[in-house]
Parts: sequence; structure tokens; C-alpha cells
Amino acid sequence: MPLPNTLPKPMQSLTTSSRYTEQSQNREPFLIVDRVSKTYATPKGPYTVLEGVDLTIFESEFVCLIGHSGCGKSTLLDMVSGFRKPSTGEVRLQGRQIARPGPDRMVVFQNYALLPWKTAFENVYLGVNAVYPEKSKKEKAEIVRSHLAMVGLEEAANKRPGQLSGGMKQRVSIARALSIRPQVLILDEPFGALDAITKEELQEELLKIWEEHKITVLMITHDIDEALFLADRIVMMTNGPAAKIGEVMNVPFSRPRERAQLLEDPHYYTLRNHALDYLFSGAVSSH
Amino acid sequence: MANPALRLPSPSPTLLSKWMPYIIPPVLCTGVVLIIWQALCLSPETKMPGPLKVIAQTMELILNPFAEGGIGVQLFTSLQRVALGYVLAAIVGVSIGMIIGVNTFLRRGFDPMIQVLRTIPPLAWLPIALAIFQDGQPASLFLIFITAIWPIVINTAVGVQQIPKDYDNVAKVLQLSGREYLFNILIPSTVPYIFTGLRIGIGLAWLAIVAAEMLASGAGGIGFYIWDAYNAGNDNGMSQIVLAVFCVGIIGLLLDRLVGYLGSLIVSES
Repeated sequence: MPLPNTLPKPMQSLTTSSRYTEQSQNREPFLIVDRVSKTYATPKGPYTVLEGVDLTIFESEFVCLIGHSGCGKSTLLDMVSGFRKPSTGEVRLQGRQIARPGPDRMVVFQNYALLPWKTAFENVYLGVNAVYPEKSKKEKAEIVRSHLAMVGLEEAANKRPGQLSGGMKQRVSIARALSIRPQVLILDEPFGALDAITKEELQEELLKIWEEHKITVLMITHDIDEALFLADRIVMMTNGPAAKIGEVMNVPFSRPRERAQLLEDPHYYTLRNHALDYLFSGAVSSH
Repeated sequence: MANPALRLPSPSPTLLSKWMPYIIPPVLCTGVVLIIWQALCLSPETKMPGPLKVIAQTMELILNPFAEGGIGVQLFTSLQRVALGYVLAAIVGVSIGMIIGVNTFLRRGFDPMIQVLRTIPPLAWLPIALAIFQDGQPASLFLIFITAIWPIVINTAVGVQQIPKDYDNVAKVLQLSGREYLFNILIPSTVPYIFTGLRIGIGLAWLAIVAAEMLASGAGGIGFYIWDAYNAGNDNGMSQIVLAVFCVGIIGLLLDRLVGYLGSLIVSES
């Protein structure tokens, strides 16, 4: 198993050092996945999806999770969001064990999960109203409006999801997630169903919002370019069953990132090839 | 041949020719049935009047439906009764459906009972209803209620189970309260299923009313009217009955379409 430091060390050749190295030196761990395993009982006996997963994420870090389908990425994400419980081990956010879903770990679902009978405004309002019951109607409406504006959807506030394109729906979903100020934003392949142009637009918007709010992000993706553009660190998982974290890759590019600039950087391709190699051979041979 | 068509480019022929394939078959088939009916009733011994005789004998009733004891008045009485029993069935049915839809234990517990009760025909309930209430009016209400409620319960429960998991996940992650979940997710996503149940229910309620009024007599209504005309045995009795039965059919159809229309209004909203 190649470790990150066996790489041709792109960090040293860049003038700016990685955010992650700063954080790991200066900050307390924020979100900890501590020796987590998940086993399901099946008619053929117990089936282990994840085994001994350890991961420490720092505050306002952007972490992407990549791996083959069925490697348990979503299961791991579900244990952070609280929809599933680890069979052994635990997940802690700021020292508190995660036992159930909550708005401090808001999820942007793969298929948007907007309520079709509510307008964009009402979909966001539902969350704001649930999380800030003490605020006045006017204040809550103002929060909703400002977050819809943040994702460029003021015009579409009174439209229902059925009248919105896939990209607009995902914008509403992101606005809903951010409007309740979660400590961790969890995204499960949020742009997987979108066309290439919309996808790039939304990646850039997400990055801008993240840079403004300095929110902690944990995101699943299949797209290595997406991960390299967005993440501070890319967590690569081994193939299931009994998947674990195979390798964690630092993405040392300075911020704010420009896609065009990134594509000209030779280290971009070094990292990209390494990740591809890992996914297409390393993950398999590690078992 | 083509010339007259070219000189008259009016839109009405196209509109007419568009609808003709839908108008001609029902008119033709209904006509044939009426002719056969008329032919079958030609014998002077038959007690069953042909369509021409029915119209001739009931012209007075058709023209004055809202005279005292007229057919319109009777239908109105029946509609009021159905409305009351049906609204009760809808309220109770949707509530029970939601509860057993949400709770697996209750669903499994009550399902066998519901499956048996829903197959019991309205007439079988009648003696039970009369025994319980000792009076025609509440007994007929009970009959409508108990006939209409089952499809409403079953469809509502199915609708609750069909709520997409994503919506439940949103509710969980936002930690919505029971009340918020009920009004923002449970009811809106179940509405199409509820309306399916309500539509089947209104049909059954209308079926039950005629049976109820025939036997739990004395309180008026179209069922009572039919039974009364039969018992009186007048010359034009059978014609009255045929007219009344025809009206029952038309009203039943209208009720079905009305609930279907209301449902489509609400469902298309979401």
C-alpha cells in the first residue's frame, strides 16, 4: 500500500503549503470516525461492509470520499449523518458521539429530496423553521431569501421542484442545507446526475460558498477531477467487502482555486494519475 | 369532389369530424339497446314498460322533479344522507389509515380484520345496523359509513407506506416534530392515495344508500321512493321505478366524477 508520502511530494514544490497541514498542526480534531465497522446479518451469514475505518477531519476542512460503487462510502456517510449506527466503534462530532440524524450534520441528498408540493422558498423554510423555532416569521423568511440569493435562485423562489431543472433543484437543496448553519455539510454525490456544464458551475458555487462560510464538508464523489478541484484531502477507500480507508491524499493547491489554473499545474496530473491508478489497480490488489 | 371542401374552409367540419368517432358509437349502441328493450316489452302481458311507455308515464315527474315527494326531492334527501355518512367515513377512515400506515404493529394487527370486513356487502350490515340503532335514520348512516370506510382506510395506509424514503430522511435530519411531519410530509404525500380511496368510497356509499333506504324505510330518499312505488303497485309504478333507477345511476356517475375532479385539482397542485 503506497502511503501519501511516497508520492513525488507536490507539496514541497509549491509556494503555498496545504491548508490541511496547517490545520493538523494548529487545530483540535473536529469530526472523528473511530475504528468504525459495519456488519449486516444476511441469510448467508454476517456481511461486513466496513472494517476498522479511522478518519479525523478538522474544522472547515473540505474532504472528498472516493471509491468504487459498493465500497461502503455511503454507509460511512450514513454513520456520520446518523442514519445508520456503526456495529463497532463510534463517530464523534466535537467529542459528542453521533447517535441519530440532526440538523448539525445537514445532508445534501443525491436526488435532491425536495418536497414536490412545496415551492423552493417553502422547502428551505421548512428547515429554517424547524431549526430556529424562536425566530420571528420575518427573520426566518429573510434567512431563506438570503440563502436562495446565495445560490442564485431569487427568481425561482416561488417555483415548485417540478418546474426546476436538475441543477436548480440541487441549488435549492444546497440552500436548504446551508440555511440552517450545519457544523458539517454532508453531500452524497450531489452533482452525479447533472450535465457537465451545470456540474462545473455548481462546483464553483459550492467552493465559493465554502470559502465564505468556512464550513466543514464531507462529500462523496465518483469524479476525481471534482475531488481534486474541491477538496483539501481525498479519502480513497479499498474495495468491499470489509472496505477500509486505503489512502488519504493531500490536495495542496492554493486557494481560491481557479479551474483553468489547476489544469495547467503538472502536479494536478501527478495526483490525478495516482488516484486513477489507485482506483483501477491499487484498490483491487489491496485485498 | 374536392372543390366544395376547398370553398368552405370552415373549422367546424374538422371539429365535428374529430368528435364524431366518439359520439357515434355510444349514440348508436344506446339506440340499439333501447330498440331491443322496446321490442322485448311489446307483449301486452309484460309488467315491464318499454322506454317509450316509461317516458310517457313519467313526463309529469320529469318536468316537476321538485314537487312535493318528487324525484328531485328524494334524490336530495338521499344525497344529504350520503354526504353525512361519507364525510364521517372519510374523516375516520383517513385517520385510521394514517395510524395503521405509520405503525407496523397496528397494521399487521388490524389488516386481517379489515380484509374480512371490507368484503361484507351493505345489505348484510343492515340487520346489524337496525339492531344496534333501533331506528332507520342512524342505521342508514351507519350503513353508508361502514360500507365506504374500508377503501379509504386501505388506500390511506398504502399511501403512508409509499412515502419516498428521501422525504422521511429530510424529516429525520431536520428533526421535524410530529405535527410538522404530519402537515408537511405525511398528509401531502398521501393525498393522491387518499383520493383514490375516497373515489372508491363514494361509489360504495351511493350503492349502500339505496339498499339502506329500501329497508330502513320511512325516512324518504330515492331508495325509499323506489320501494314505495313497487309496494303501491300503481299502473305507472314500474315506470317510476325505472326513472328513479336511471337517476340513481346518473347521480352515482356524477359523484364519482366530482370526487375524481376534486382529487385531480389537489394532486395537480403538488
